[in-house]
Amino acid sequence: MGRWRSPFFADMIRSIRACKTAAEERAVVRKECAAIRAAINENDQDYRHRNLAKLMFIHMLGYPTHFGQMECLKSIASAGFPEKRIGYLGLMLLLDERQEVLMLVTNSLKQDLNHTNQYIVGLALCALGNICSAEMARDLAPEVERLLQFRDPNIRKKAALCSIRIIKKVPDLAENFINPAAALLKEKHHGVLITGIQLVTDICKVSTEALEFFRKPKCLDGLVKTLRDVVNSPYAPEYDIAGITDPFLHIRLLKLLHVLGQGDADASDCMNDILAQVATKTESNKNAGNAILYECVETIMSIEDNGGLRVLAINILGRFLSNRDNNIRYVALNMLMKAITVDAQAVQRHRATILECVKDLDASIRKRALELVYLLVNESNVKPLTKELIDYLEISDQEFKGDLTAKICSMVEKFSPDKIWYIDQMLKVLSEAGNFVKDEVWHALIVVISNASDLHGYTVRALYRAVQTSIEQIVLMFLHQESLVRVAIWCIGEYGDMLVNNVGVLNIEDPITVTESDAVDVVEIAIKHHSSDITTKAMAMVALLKLSSRFPSCSERIRDIIVQNKGSLVLELQQRSIEFNSIVEKHQNIRSTLVERMPVLDEATFSGRRAGSLPATVSTSSGTSLNLPNGVAKPAAAPLVDLLDLSSDDAPVPSSSGNDFLQDLLGVDVSPASVQPGTSQAPKAGTDVLLDLLSIGSPPVQNNSTPSDILSSSQDNKSSVAILDGLSPAPSGGAASMIDLLDGFVPNSPKPEDNGPAYPSIVAFESSSLILTFNFSKPPGNPQTTLIQATFTNLSPNVYTDFVFQAAVPKFLQLHLDPASGNTLPASGNGSITQTLRVTNSQHGKKPLVMRTRIAYKLNNRDVLEEGQINNFPRDL
Amino acid sequence: MIHFVLLISRQGKVRLTKWYSPYTQKERSKVIRELSGVILTRGPKLCNFVEWRGYKVVYKRYASLYFCMCVDQEDNELEILEIIHHYVEILDRYFGSVCELDLIFNFHKAYYILDEILIAGELQESSKKTVARLIAAQDSLVETAKEQASSISNIIAQATK
Repeated sequence: MGRWRSPFFADMIRSIRACKTAAEERAVVRKECAAIRAAINENDQDYRHRNLAKLMFIHMLGYPTHFGQMECLKSIASAGFPEKRIGYLGLMLLLDERQEVLMLVTNSLKQDLNHTNQYIVGLALCALGNICSAEMARDLAPEVERLLQFRDPNIRKKAALCSIRIIKKVPDLAENFINPAAALLKEKHHGVLITGIQLVTDICKVSTEALEFFRKPKCLDGLVKTLRDVVNSPYAPEYDIAGITDPFLHIRLLKLLHVLGQGDADASDCMNDILAQVATKTESNKNAGNAILYECVETIMSIEDNGGLRVLAINILGRFLSNRDNNIRYVALNMLMKAITVDAQAVQRHRATILECVKDLDASIRKRALELVYLLVNESNVKPLTKELIDYLEISDQEFKGDLTAKICSMVEKFSPDKIWYIDQMLKVLSEAGNFVKDEVWHALIVVISNASDLHGYTVRALYRAVQTSIEQIVLMFLHQESLVRVAIWCIGEYGDMLVNNVGVLNIEDPITVTESDAVDVVEIAIKHHSSDITTKAMAMVALLKLSSRFPSCSERIRDIIVQNKGSLVLELQQRSIEFNSIVEKHQNIRSTLVERMPVLDEATFSGRRAGSLPATVSTSSGTSLNLPNGVAKPAAAPLVDLLDLSSDDAPVPSSSGNDFLQDLLGVDVSPASVQPGTSQAPKAGTDVLLDLLSIGSPPVQNNSTPSDILSSSQDNKSSVAILDGLSPAPSGGAASMIDLLDGFVPNSPKPEDNGPAYPSIVAFESSSLILTFNFSKPPGNPQTTLIQATFTNLSPNVYTDFVFQAAVPKFLQLHLDPASGNTLPASGNGSITQTLRVTNSQHGKKPLVMRTRIAYKLNNRDVLEEGQINNFPRDL
Repeated sequence: MIHFVLLISRQGKVRLTKWYSPYTQKERSKVIRELSGVILTRGPKLCNFVEWRGYKVVYKRYASLYFCMCVDQEDNELEILEIIHHYVEILDRYFGSVCELDLIFNFHKAYYILDEILIAGELQESSKKTVARLIAAQDSLVETAKEQASSISNIIAQATK
């Protein structure tokens, strides 16, 4: 007989396993559940543990078992160890901390934590550690604290892990555990030591008081000694793994040293020797040894700088990276991502190897490597890196193309040295993986093309060639490169004459002969192809209209193509077809002016608009949601609202269209709700715009004062009126800057805006004596990135020394801090420190910036730390 | 911290689940479905880590069973592999060359052993011997209770004869 036949519920498992179909299995489970319910109703105690075990098995199969929850509680409440053992198991399996039933077990837990049988105490600690809620944690914390001093080490270790759960649920309780946890660090029992160290690590993460306590040499030296002892320990069979004594203990000690050494030079100094010993002496031929080395590198990278140790760590990573074991290479890539902030040069040395990893067979490694490559890109290496990645794009797996394309596009946008290179790379990406390119990326490409007036001819010919070469595999083309086709169609429509007449040929180009009808062919294929979607077809329709004027000889043919869509079921196409037909046929005289080349698209407007696709919160939230410095002084917005309200009451139409106009000009949140004339949102959105205008016009310094000042000063009120005036045909004199602004947007005056939109400055942080202001700018052609100029001013009568500013951002942002202009901040506002921050928002247009800051300085040799969170960034950064 | 432990067979059957972070029933089944889809399809020579919803899942195949542990981004993946191996070795010693059927019919034992190795998603004991000793002691407590119960019922049966 098999040894697995023994348990008391084997019959049920056997009959479930014998089921051939899911339906059969359901029937067996239903029957078993019915029997168990009946037993529960009869309060059958003899079979309770057997029924509970069956329920757990059924639960694992994914069937509902809530009716058994009370049975667990009853089983826990019975006196015997076997009942309690299965009861607690059921509790942990069938319930989770969010179920109300769990509260009922608190009392039983309390009794069992005080039980005379240590194994029952152990069961209760285990259950509490695995599923306790915050409320239970509060109620039972004193019991657990007491058990940290229990005579049996096996209870102490369980109590230690249970304490971790408690302080995670209720961080305020952490301080109670500092002293008992410190006592655990002196133990010899490995279980207690491991759990005690883990507990201390977790306490230090939530309590700065604890962190200071454990950093004291008294504690730290003990930890270093423990690590030294275990590193030098002779062979200990009980704990030996691959010739190393207790790697788990090694790793936990290293983790704690990491926490204690981070940001503390003295503490870091204490551990240098032992870290060097671990890094050099640990055998790296087995996984256990590598796990220790990996942790050791992590600790070295995190603690305060020690040049020698870091070299050691980077060398270990280099060795890892060339290892043949995929696991080791994976962790090496992972760690290099952290190392890049510490020593970018050292990581750059491994660039070739990392690039090879991007092409690995293993998706996990590819993903890690791609992210790392992305971090390695800079102005000097963007060209070779992009080339490598684009070459690889051709042969990469389908499922990897999405990530790869996004990263390539992003790095090309961010670091392209010139427009022609940008256009070339984007065309390559569009040809290789056009269907993975996001809409905003090819929209951005069109904007860039439009701005590069000297490259129009070159671009349209390159696009024509790209579309031509793949025209044989036409089906493939439309399945994979719709966005390439769209960009090509747009350019042929706009610059078709340059294509045919070979205008502006660059000397790198191969000569090409394209007739007018060749150009029309391409557009015709696009409009007729069954797999083109409406957007492509509509774009093709507009292109045809434009070509009908550029190529008079093809006019007749174009009209025929346009007419074919007269019966289209898509309203948009049908309408365009009929309208365009009548333009071609009847309105020859206005056609040429109608289809003139698009004015240069404004990059700034576009990037603003890209940002403007924010959720409607902007217009639906109350008028006071303006991003004012520190979010204070809201009533001040009222006069402006009044102003607009008044005008909209008197003359609703011009006012609302005025709003639209302004919004269009500035590209601010053109969400459908806010542009509907006559809705109450319009004036509010208008206020936003006005504010934006105001801060553009006003010098940055003024933004330091409260907004009420800005708004109530008569001068600015006047200028906001002037804006409204400016909208009327006859612009009035005053407030010249505003008028200039508007003038700049008159469509026909080509004025490339390379500076990006301006954003109001904010006061990012303000305490009684310290003011931090942020000024924003956007590098041209790169809407995701924001340059922030941070200015610190000290209003107190004392000089701040050792001034350090730190900032942290959530994962969707990337932050790069340039060095500050100094580390001493003069007193009484007599000077300032400036520092440049570069933030890249990967969720640009979806999420606004947020940032946590930490400012540390010394005031009369006393350390001061100020922390804050900045939520008042302008929305569209 | 380990957020959950899963044992999944080659066929995608769940053999053990242990949740150290709160997941509702619905989320649990979704997690299991998603992860078995990812892990069971991975080739044999690839690395043992899968990035998943901002976490990492470390898995290792032993015969027909995949042992999976979900951990935070900053956790040491190589150490988690050692923890999995630690668990497997203890199971192996307890059952004497463990196989999947042992874990099906004695799934509760697999849980008891896991509870001696992990609590609150953290490692509790690095000595296999200590874990084995604690499990044996508790098993014998259960046996004694059983014997007592049967001897009591024998006495009652005798007395009422």
